[in-house]
Amino acid sequence: MLRKVRIALAAIFFICITLLLAGIGGQWWGWMAKLQFLPACMALNLAVIVGVLLVTVLLGRVYCSFICPLGVLQDLIIRLRRLSGKKKFAYRKAGFLRYAVLAVFIVCLIADLQFIVALIAPYSAYGRMISGLVHPHGWIVPTVAGVTFLLLAILAWTSGRAWCNEICPVGTVLGLFSRFSLFGVHIDRSRCVGCKLCEKSCKCHCIDAASGTVDRSRCVVCLDCIGSCRKGGISYGPLTRKAQKAAGASGPASAGVDESRRAFMVAGVLLGTSALSHAQNKLDGGLAPVVPKRAPERAQRITPPGSGSQKDFYSRCTACQLCVSNCPNSVLRPSTDLEHLMQPQMGFEKGFCRPECTLCSTLCPAGAITAITPEEKTAIHIGHAVIDYSLCVSYNGGHCRSCGSHCPAGAISYVAKDPDDEMSVRIPTVHEDSCIGCGKCEYLCPSRPVSAIRVEGYNDHIIS
Amino acid sequence: MSEKISRREFVKRAGVGTAALAAVAACGRGTVRSSDPAGEEGGMPMRANPKDGDSVSLLGYGCMRWPMMKDSEGKDIIDQGKVDEMIDYAISHGVNYFDSSPVYLMGQSEEATGKSLSRYPRSSYYVATKMSNFRDFSREESLRMYRASFERFRTDYIDYYLLHSLSDADAFRTRYVDNGMMDFLLAEREAGRIRNLGFSFHGPKEGFDSLMEVHERYHFDFVQIQMNYVDWNHCGSRETNASYMYDELVKRNLPVVIMEPLLGGQLASVPRRVADMLKEREPSKSVASWAFRFCGTYPGVFTVLSGMTYMDHLKDNLDTFLHFDPLDEGELALLESVAGMIRDYPLVPCTACQYCMPCPYGIDIPGVFRHYNSCVNEGTIAESAAQADFRKLRRKYLTSYDKAVESVRQADHCITCGECVSHCPQHIRIPAELRRIDAYVEKLKQSTL
Repeated sequence: MLRKVRIALAAIFFICITLLLAGIGGQWWGWMAKLQFLPACMALNLAVIVGVLLVTVLLGRVYCSFICPLGVLQDLIIRLRRLSGKKKFAYRKAGFLRYAVLAVFIVCLIADLQFIVALIAPYSAYGRMISGLVHPHGWIVPTVAGVTFLLLAILAWTSGRAWCNEICPVGTVLGLFSRFSLFGVHIDRSRCVGCKLCEKSCKCHCIDAASGTVDRSRCVVCLDCIGSCRKGGISYGPLTRKAQKAAGASGPASAGVDESRRAFMVAGVLLGTSALSHAQNKLDGGLAPVVPKRAPERAQRITPPGSGSQKDFYSRCTACQLCVSNCPNSVLRPSTDLEHLMQPQMGFEKGFCRPECTLCSTLCPAGAITAITPEEKTAIHIGHAVIDYSLCVSYNGGHCRSCGSHCPAGAISYVAKDPDDEMSVRIPTVHEDSCIGCGKCEYLCPSRPVSAIRVEGYNDHIIS
Repeated sequence: MSEKISRREFVKRAGVGTAALAAVAACGRGTVRSSDPAGEEGGMPMRANPKDGDSVSLLGYGCMRWPMMKDSEGKDIIDQGKVDEMIDYAISHGVNYFDSSPVYLMGQSEEATGKSLSRYPRSSYYVATKMSNFRDFSREESLRMYRASFERFRTDYIDYYLLHSLSDADAFRTRYVDNGMMDFLLAEREAGRIRNLGFSFHGPKEGFDSLMEVHERYHFDFVQIQMNYVDWNHCGSRETNASYMYDELVKRNLPVVIMEPLLGGQLASVPRRVADMLKEREPSKSVASWAFRFCGTYPGVFTVLSGMTYMDHLKDNLDTFLHFDPLDEGELALLESVAGMIRDYPLVPCTACQYCMPCPYGIDIPGVFRHYNSCVNEGTIAESAAQADFRKLRRKYLTSYDKAVESVRQADHCITCGECVSHCPQHIRIPAELRRIDAYVEKLKQSTL
């Protein structure tokens, strides 16, 4: 019964978070991302951190079986393994690898080696799998996600929840607390006949049937073992002091990690452009080809309103791609440079950062983008526009008033190209103090593929 | 156009066409009769040309809106198979006047129409086409355009040849007198290669009057004007009321060819309140039928051109004409009041003629207007963010807009270069209208209406 409750809750969380990461239903289950432990740590979201730790001390590592989507994904793979006929696991002594990984992880956090943090973070790894599948931007995220998935699938198939107990830093931290949990799995030795069915059913390799003990630092409370015992000798409930003492593990064991060398390459879609031939007399009808926009070279990248500064943003972001998948204006996309690998940045080829939209700020579970209101957003300057006059239609003799007439901040005016000539053509100029960096001018600039006007980001956002 | 397909199609259609013709000559096609909108007793009303007695069907086929398809390279081409099908059907029901231009449908209309018509004896239909020398009106280019029409229609005479879209005598002089083309065309008329020479008109009253003076000298044989129950007395500020032009033309005994009887389809789907008034009188007739009956009621009207894209349009129009029922005084008065009501809606008077296209910046101008107008007609334009159903109307407009027009071709991408303005025969201030629609969209998106 308890196991069925576990499966049902896990299914609900898993489906909702998957939809969320696919960009569906942010208004209904956006809160589920906030429960994710590592992003909550990055956001210093104390309520969630304390809540998760309290639940872990009380009930054990239920987090890993209910809330973590990567954990549930592994359970699905393990279920496939069982269906294929392979059923048995065996007890392994707890290893030190997990502590080593945790130590490296903390060092990386302190040293701002965000891409390593992002690679290991479990929820973000899952986020990239969904985002890479549903909204692939470039090839990096799909490739990294593909490799991660392959590795994870092999690990889960061969060694059950090895990822969670050997690598995952969240699992290790929670294990430090679940070790002393008040509730747990208990083996009634008086009923034990030594058949080892419970040990064989345990995907965490944490039941030592010989000694009748359960390593609670590794148990994710899946409760599969309860049903495996034909004598009804295993139960989940409050533990006596004596039983707690009996729990624990010692001795190193190899993790047996299989490395995958293969990687899936997802090719970017190349949009061809076709030439239009003009007859002398204009023929009526048809559509002129529109060359797709290409991102301009930016001296300074742009981060979304609510992120405060680039430093704050990139030190907190775990590259889960939640904002990327949910951005209704296709503004956010993962970075490709190593320093900010897969962490989002902004670009305006397909849309601009719309004034009424604050979705990413409400969704970000890591506090990298803090919640803002549309009113606050109007006062946040994330960068300012810069004009490349060599591409500008007005500067080069055409009549265009696109950037100036669309600017929501009124930051663009048209001035005489030649101040001494009253009849001079008028060219756009940007008032940097008014510009908020929304990118509308860049998005709507008729110059293609590269806009004549582009936004340069600020290191520290300016609030006016 | 794919040669392979067109050749095979041609052979197939030619066979069908010949068979059809034989059947029509005898007693009409049995296969058609079952779904024949005409029934037994109807017949196409014919109008006579006072000059040479041509008997022209009151419903003429406008060849500006043939159905399009993608070829193997993804280019937009006319769906020749459907053109053949519709021309077969139209001819078998008495339509004998086909009006095209070298610039229609990216220059493909004449070829597609000519190819299809050439399966019939040349004497069984009338060809109308135009000299559309809008931008390059040099003598060489004008002559090239004129001669190409003969080739595309596979003919050595054109029944009705028009100076395309004149707005006043100045335009006439620039495009046809200064380059000597008018003398050439008059000689061609003399030689019988042009059986009737006329012009089509879009513009202000003064412009029309100046062209009537031109007529005194050159003696046109017919004139094509925009006429429908809205433009009859409620034309746009830079246009001429059709009632005035009609009277002037009838006075001079000039056959009046009607274009835009439906205002580019606008009078086929009118605001719901207006449609209800018409449906109240004729519950089982289409709204469009009123517009055709209006034009046909006037005896000076020679033929009413309709650009029928789909077989359903053709059948509905044939239903109207084959049982032609002129409007009585009361019905004319009803349409007059309806016209005033339609003018009060914030519709963009775009007829989707595509003259403004292609916009050099890729905007789908008629697409943006069509979507906006359809929302006006359905009454789904929001008035204020405070109204109870604002969220519903907002969602409806924005999602249907994205479906109707690709985002890079929407109104916000207009840079107000003004390239389109001079091409619009309706004299719509296109950039201003695009701005107006974009401002509405922005207010919807930001919920600040």
